[in-house]
Amino acid sequence: MWPIVEKAAKDNGLVTAFAVVGLMMLLSGFLSKKLTFGRVQGSAIAILMGLALAYVGGRITGGTKGLADIAFFSGIGVMGGNMLRDFAIVATACEVQPTEARRAGWIGAISLLIGTVLPFMVGVLVARAFGYTDPVSLTTIGAGAVTYIVGPVTGTAIGASSEVLALSIATGVIKAILVMVFTPAAAGFLRLRTPRSAMVFGGLAGTVSGVTAGLAATDRRLVPYGALVATFHTGLGCLMGPSVLFLAVKAIFA
Amino acid sequence: MIIYGTAILALCHLLGIVLGDLLGRALGMTTNVGGVGMAMLLLIAIRLQLQKRGWLHPKTEEGKLFWGALYIPVVVAMAMQQNVVSALKGGPMALLAAVLTVISCNLCVAAINRMEPADAPTAEPSPEK
Repeated sequence: MWPIVEKAAKDNGLVTAFAVVGLMMLLSGFLSKKLTFGRVQGSAIAILMGLALAYVGGRITGGTKGLADIAFFSGIGVMGGNMLRDFAIVATACEVQPTEARRAGWIGAISLLIGTVLPFMVGVLVARAFGYTDPVSLTTIGAGAVTYIVGPVTGTAIGASSEVLALSIATGVIKAILVMVFTPAAAGFLRLRTPRSAMVFGGLAGTVSGVTAGLAATDRRLVPYGALVATFHTGLGCLMGPSVLFLAVKAIFA
Repeated sequence: MIIYGTAILALCHLLGIVLGDLLGRALGMTTNVGGVGMAMLLLIAIRLQLQKRGWLHPKTEEGKLFWGALYIPVVVAMAMQQNVVSALKGGPMALLAAVLTVISCNLCVAAINRMEPADAPTAEPSPEK
C-alpha cells in the first residue's frame, strides 16, 4: 500500500504540496486558537513549523533545500520556489491602494537606502571584530548582512574565498529567518499598522522572504506594501556591494 | 473569464521580470533589479485603466485574487525549504552579525514609524478592532 501512496505523491508533487501545506495551515490555525487564544497568528505558527521541518529535512537528507529534498515532499520546492512566490506577490498588488503607495514612495526609497548601508556597516564591523582584515572578506560578509543573495553576488564579483562566501550566505539566511520569526512579536514596537509603516519596514528589514513572511504573520493586508519596496532590496544591494561599498571599505580598512 | 485575470497577472509578472533584467543589464549586473516591484506597479496601472473603462469584470478579478490569497501558504512552503541546517552551522559570527543587523534596522523602523503623522489612515478599517 505505502509504495503506491508514495508513488502517487511523487508523481503529483505540486498537488501533494497543496495538501500538505493546507493540513499544516489547519493544524496551526487550531494551535493558534486553542494554545495561544488567537494571540499568535496561525500563519506565524505555520511558518515556524515550516522552518522546523526544513531543519529536520536538511538533517535527514544532508541537502540544502530542507524538506523539499525528501522525494515525497519534492512538490514543496515548486510551491515555495521563486516562480510561484513571485507570482503570488505580484497578485497581492491588487490590494494596493495606489494613492497610499505613492504618498509613501519617497520614505520607502530612503528606508531602502538605509536598509542597505546600515546592515552592511554592521556586518563589516562584526567581521572586523572576529579578526577579518582584508577588504574583500569584510565587504562580502557585510553584503551578506544585506541579503543572502547580495552576499554571494558581491563576494563572487570581488573574488572572495568560498569559506567567506558560506559565512556571508549564512548571515543573510539567519537574518531572513530572524525577521520571519520575530516580526509578529515586534509589530507593536515597530508600529506596523499602516501601508506607510509597512513600506518603511520593507525597505529596512531586507529580503523579500523575510519581509513578506514577517508581514504575513503580522497583518496580511500589509504584505503588498512591504513587498513593493523589499523587492528592490536585492537589486540595490547587488548594485552597491561590489562598487561603492567595496571602494568605501577599501578606503577605510586597507 | 477567470483565466483572463490570471493571464493579465502572468503577463505583468513576465514583463516585470524582463524589465528588471534589462535594468540590471543597463547597470552592468547579471541580477534582476526590482522586477517583481515593476510587475506590481504594472498590474496596479493596468487595473486602474480597466476600472476607468469599466472593463474590470468581477470574474477577471477572481483570477488574480485567488493567487494573492495563496500567498501565505506559498510562504509556508518557502519556509519549509530554507537551508536552516547551514544557517545554524554558520557559527557565532554569522549569528551575531544577523542579530545586530536585525536589531539596528528594527530600531530605525521604529524611529521612522514614530514620525508618521497620527492622522494617517490605517490599512483598512478592520471589523474585529
